[in-house]
Amino acid sequence: MLLNIKNLHVSIDGKEILKGLNLGVNQGEVHAIMGPNGTGKSTLAAAITGREGYEITKGEILYKGKDIREMSPDQRANEGIFLSFQYPVEIPGVSMTNFMRTAINAQREYRSLPPMPPGEFLKKMEANKQLVEIHTKLTNRSVNEGFSGGEKKKNEIFQMAMLEPILAILDETDSGLDIDALKVVAKGVNALRSPDNGFVVITHYQRLLEYIIPDFVHVMYDGRIVKSGGKGLAHELEENGYDWIKEQIEV
Amino acid sequence: MQQEDKKYTPLEQNLIRFFEEKEQELSARCIPKVVQSRRQAFGLLKTMGLPVSKDENWRSSPIEKLYTDSFQLDNPTTGYAKSVGELFQCEIHGFDAQVISMLNGWYYSPDDKQLQTMEDGVVVGSINAAQKAFPEFFDRYFDEIAKNGQHGFSAAAKALFRDGVFIFVPDGVEVKKAIQLIKIVNSNEKMMVNSRNLIILGKNSKLPLLHCDDSINHNAEFINTLTEVQVGENASFDLYKLQNINDETTLLNSTFIRQERNSHSKVNVITLNGGMIRNELNVEFQGEGADADLNGIYLMDNQQHIDNQVFVNHAVPNCNSSELFKGVLDNRATGVFNGYIHVARDAQNTNAFQRNNNILMSPEAKIDTRPFLEIYADDVKCSHGATVGQLDEEALFYLRQRGISKQDAYLLLMYAFTAEVTGKIAFPALRSSIEDMMKKRLRGELAICERCVLHCNQPDFPLEFEIDMSRV
Repeated sequence: MLLNIKNLHVSIDGKEILKGLNLGVNQGEVHAIMGPNGTGKSTLAAAITGREGYEITKGEILYKGKDIREMSPDQRANEGIFLSFQYPVEIPGVSMTNFMRTAINAQREYRSLPPMPPGEFLKKMEANKQLVEIHTKLTNRSVNEGFSGGEKKKNEIFQMAMLEPILAILDETDSGLDIDALKVVAKGVNALRSPDNGFVVITHYQRLLEYIIPDFVHVMYDGRIVKSGGKGLAHELEENGYDWIKEQIEV
Repeated sequence: MQQEDKKYTPLEQNLIRFFEEKEQELSARCIPKVVQSRRQAFGLLKTMGLPVSKDENWRSSPIEKLYTDSFQLDNPTTGYAKSVGELFQCEIHGFDAQVISMLNGWYYSPDDKQLQTMEDGVVVGSINAAQKAFPEFFDRYFDEIAKNGQHGFSAAAKALFRDGVFIFVPDGVEVKKAIQLIKIVNSNEKMMVNSRNLIILGKNSKLPLLHCDDSINHNAEFINTLTEVQVGENASFDLYKLQNINDETTLLNSTFIRQERNSHSKVNVITLNGGMIRNELNVEFQGEGADADLNGIYLMDNQQHIDNQVFVNHAVPNCNSSELFKGVLDNRATGVFNGYIHVARDAQNTNAFQRNNNILMSPEAKIDTRPFLEIYADDVKCSHGATVGQLDEEALFYLRQRGISKQDAYLLLMYAFTAEVTGKIAFPALRSSIEDMMKKRLRGELAICERCVLHCNQPDFPLEFEIDMSRV
């Protein structure tokens, strides 16, 4: 199993947010995680990627069979875990090109590969820009600085395409996107789907799942996955909202 | 207070005694104006004494700890069998410049040419030699520019200077190849070096000057320099100061720039290392339509201290000034930024901007940043801003999530922080050299004696990241 989360409890500042979450993702699968605001979806992403301040009090996260709880964020990234940020960070003074080159070569070094030759790197940049329909010159632009909301999200998918992760977590990548941008993001994700990698798509709305067809849909509520099903579950949620699930749980 | 009653510190006593004993020798090669200037400055030194931390402009400066040290003031002139190139290998590569040097406060020329006139009429040499050859320039400019903000150290430089650099660029001459002034002190003694420079740019001329202060050993030295610059009508003066001295050395420099109509000045003060450094930058607009672009970077750690004092005097209308100083302070390093903008009553249509941004890498590091705007005109655009913060944790996580190590992510962010300033360096070769030095500095690999990790044999020590500065 690519990702195996068992009975995960996570606290922030002593407040428990995840309360015994279980999730298994195999290679080649796309899992959608839905649920109302404040149920811990982004906390799950943070716990998997190793963000500081998220304390795992119980349970474990196995990635490719290895417990990753003690790994640094960069080590996890180098192991092939990628997060598409809900709020991509602006970094003035660091150009996209050099950011990507630094990241790719750091990952290659981790895997005992030599730095990517510049020609190959530039070709790859160009191809992936096409994929996510980024038309500006990235060489002269600082990371996310002055990017529109849509551009920032496209840029996340662009980085994913550059880094070719094994496990990609998309945290509300659809929020704030118009339908055209949404389609571009979905196209990027679909192009990267392969039997070797897995996706966890965190979303509030069913809309994105029209374009990225999930194999499984999970509903999170109050720090746990309370319901799992096929892609049909997403439609049900779209039509009936989350209240019926809340009622089921509370009963 | 009566002069007789004043209690002098050992350093003050040392300075006073030295002048009293050596005045004749100091003035022997000077024209009357300079002799007079020395005497006046000495009087000032005696009445004012050296600054103390109670003085507003010296608050937060640990300068007084030097006042009990005994510095040798009689800078030796002998013992330079080696050329500067042998003594000191400059880190700047591939930058084609005409190198001049000062050793222990004396203008130093391997072939003993104290004053040279180039084909295009540019004069470069010792200030001692120049005053005899060009007394008219000294009449017009010497001591006429450095008038504001006098204190004990500027008085000491004026009274006791042994030598210095003189540069004259005639009307209409654009100096293409920058002049690089390398100043080093090579002595086993604890030495105080007082020197003074005079730089004159004629109408429509251009001069790029790179002024490097470097250490070649661990010794505690005290370098005190006063520089006067006259920028003629429609002339452009570019000054890059590169400061890379050891942790024991103190560097004080007062630079006075006076600008005539439609002239431009651009200053970049890059402080990579030093025990205590104080840069005073005074710009005065004498003619309308002039502008000054004043920038600085400082990267301090351990117990180093950096002090940038910038004074811009908008004495006349229609001038622009902008200040951008950025710094990173780690460990127990301390810093001061004082930015003082004065806009005279008639200086309408003035634009004056000022910004100072700091990153503190440790809870013990400290910066005092004080903007001070004094505006008497009513049609002006002035702004100031100062920030003190840490590196952005969000950005750090973002970089690490892409696989970049914590250490490299830190460096990348610190380096990006300073990019706004280094990006303004006009010469590509100089910019990339300075950027390399900064990378090395941030990685703790810059070859100064204190932390030399003997990379001398690997001049192109690989750096793991490259950042594109072209966007700035």
